[in-house]
Amino acid sequence: MKKGNDWRYRISNKEAIMGSVLAILNFIWWYAFAYGLGGRPVKEYTYILGFPAWFFYSCILGFIVFTILVFIMVKFFFKEVPFDSDDNEGEGDSR
Amino acid sequence: MNLDVILPLAFFLVLVFLIGIYTSRHIKSGPSFLQDYFLAGRELGGFVLAMTMVATYGSASSFIGGPGAAYQLGLGWVLLAMAQLVTGYFTLAVLGKKFAIVARKINAVTLIDFLKARYESKWVVILSALSIVIFLFSAMAAQWVGGGRLIESFTGVSYTTALFIFSGSVLVYVIAGGFRAVVITDAIQGVVMVIGTIIILAGTIVAGGGIENIMGELRAENPNLISPFGSDESLTPLFVSSFWILVGVGVVGLPQISVRAMSYRNSKAMHRAMIIGTFVVGFIMLGMHLAGVFGRVILPGIEVPDKVMPLLALEVLPGWLAGIVLAAPLAAVMSTVDSVLLLVSSAIIKDVYINYIKPDAEERFVKRLSFGITAVVGLSVFAMAINPPDLLIWLNLFAFGGLEAAFIWPIVMGLYWKRGNANGAIASIVVGVGSYMWIHLNYPNLWGMHTVVMPIVLAFFAYIVGSFTKGDSPQTNTF
Repeated sequence: MKKGNDWRYRISNKEAIMGSVLAILNFIWWYAFAYGLGGRPVKEYTYILGFPAWFFYSCILGFIVFTILVFIMVKFFFKEVPFDSDDNEGEGDSR
Repeated sequence: MNLDVILPLAFFLVLVFLIGIYTSRHIKSGPSFLQDYFLAGRELGGFVLAMTMVATYGSASSFIGGPGAAYQLGLGWVLLAMAQLVTGYFTLAVLGKKFAIVARKINAVTLIDFLKARYESKWVVILSALSIVIFLFSAMAAQWVGGGRLIESFTGVSYTTALFIFSGSVLVYVIAGGFRAVVITDAIQGVVMVIGTIIILAGTIVAGGGIENIMGELRAENPNLISPFGSDESLTPLFVSSFWILVGVGVVGLPQISVRAMSYRNSKAMHRAMIIGTFVVGFIMLGMHLAGVFGRVILPGIEVPDKVMPLLALEVLPGWLAGIVLAAPLAAVMSTVDSVLLLVSSAIIKDVYINYIKPDAEERFVKRLSFGITAVVGLSVFAMAINPPDLLIWLNLFAFGGLEAAFIWPIVMGLYWKRGNANGAIASIVVGVGSYMWIHLNYPNLWGMHTVVMPIVLAFFAYIVGSFTKGDSPQTNTF
């Protein structure tokens, strides 16, 4: 057993934090638009593409924005690490 | 119901069945049999991983119960359903590469293998295996009943015959093909779910005369239908937000989901799965629940929420397209029960039998046993589903939230907090399950939140307090 932690765990820890932060942002976006805009009386609602604005921003745009943010997070901030042993190697040993 | 509708459904069942059988020919024997049968040799690529996670998670409620509730309550329920978007990326991001790497280091095939290696405690294993077998067995039986009822209502055959058709198609491929057959069929079922969503959503919008028109009519009927608070103003912000725990982040604790986080091939597969999974889960939840709301304008006055989707599909679509749409909930049920069936059987074989009864069991025998136990579990669920006993229905009430409360902290804290130990995990499981059942029975939706919130909070403190009492943290650097 080597001393110290597996170097890959540091990367994984960082990514877990990023995922949690994204989830919190996701919640804030969803909540703020839904109850910020949607909390007003229905008579005062504005509409985008036929949907009430609160719904459009919170659920439809939120869905698109966070799918894109997941894409950005994964493409630019997540690192590829080998899974099979402590030392880096190719992926050629799959059975 | 006419033949137009039944043909696509039958075609779908036969297709899934054949693919399941075909995949089973790839099962290997030899030392990797268990890994292969219960984890498909950790070879899942991104697309299949995303689809199996979404399909396993999405059940009949995403296609029948949820849209039915949206029909009654309006856009507020769609808002609630969108709390599930987070499941598309959160589980994989949080369990992360660490879970996959640890699972490889300790050769874990099941979630309990991980807990066993992490906590080195017999009691953690026994409690976990018990929770999985009891809760998931009853949850599976409930879904099984749902699958039978779906076929019954779409085709008009008797419930028992419907159940027989359903069990026949699922059991054969799961028993013969194991995890690989389950995930490949999940991928197809996921695709059917997406296609079904597109068709019903488009059909409903056209039949309703466009979104603007639909919103206008909803507003005229009851303005609250287009507010976030629900037609009867029952959806408070706190209550709706608490679903972020139940159907959002808490999903990390569901064993049938977390076991998938150790089954993928490499980092790339995980990355792709997060993107695809987020898109697919968001799309299905948004589309199906919106269709439910829109359906109110097209078919007003449906009293039984579960009938909304079937009636709507038949109303707005030609028969054969309705058949495809109605295959979606069936796909959702099948993809959930096949995964859970395999998980229950793996808990019995790997976690109980090989761990404690016969660690040196012969490979050939383990193989026969795996097929055998999976078949026995499957057949007993079938038998239970014919006439479900009250105990089963009662247990199913606690299955989803109870499993989340039991496992979320032992898994997550086990991965990321070095001091966490067996005492903490045992306390967390007992307090989580116990308080969930107690609160659910005595004070449902305590303080205006879904029942699941408090047990998860309590289980967290139980884990921390337990870990600070006597008990060793792991001596190795594996974790």
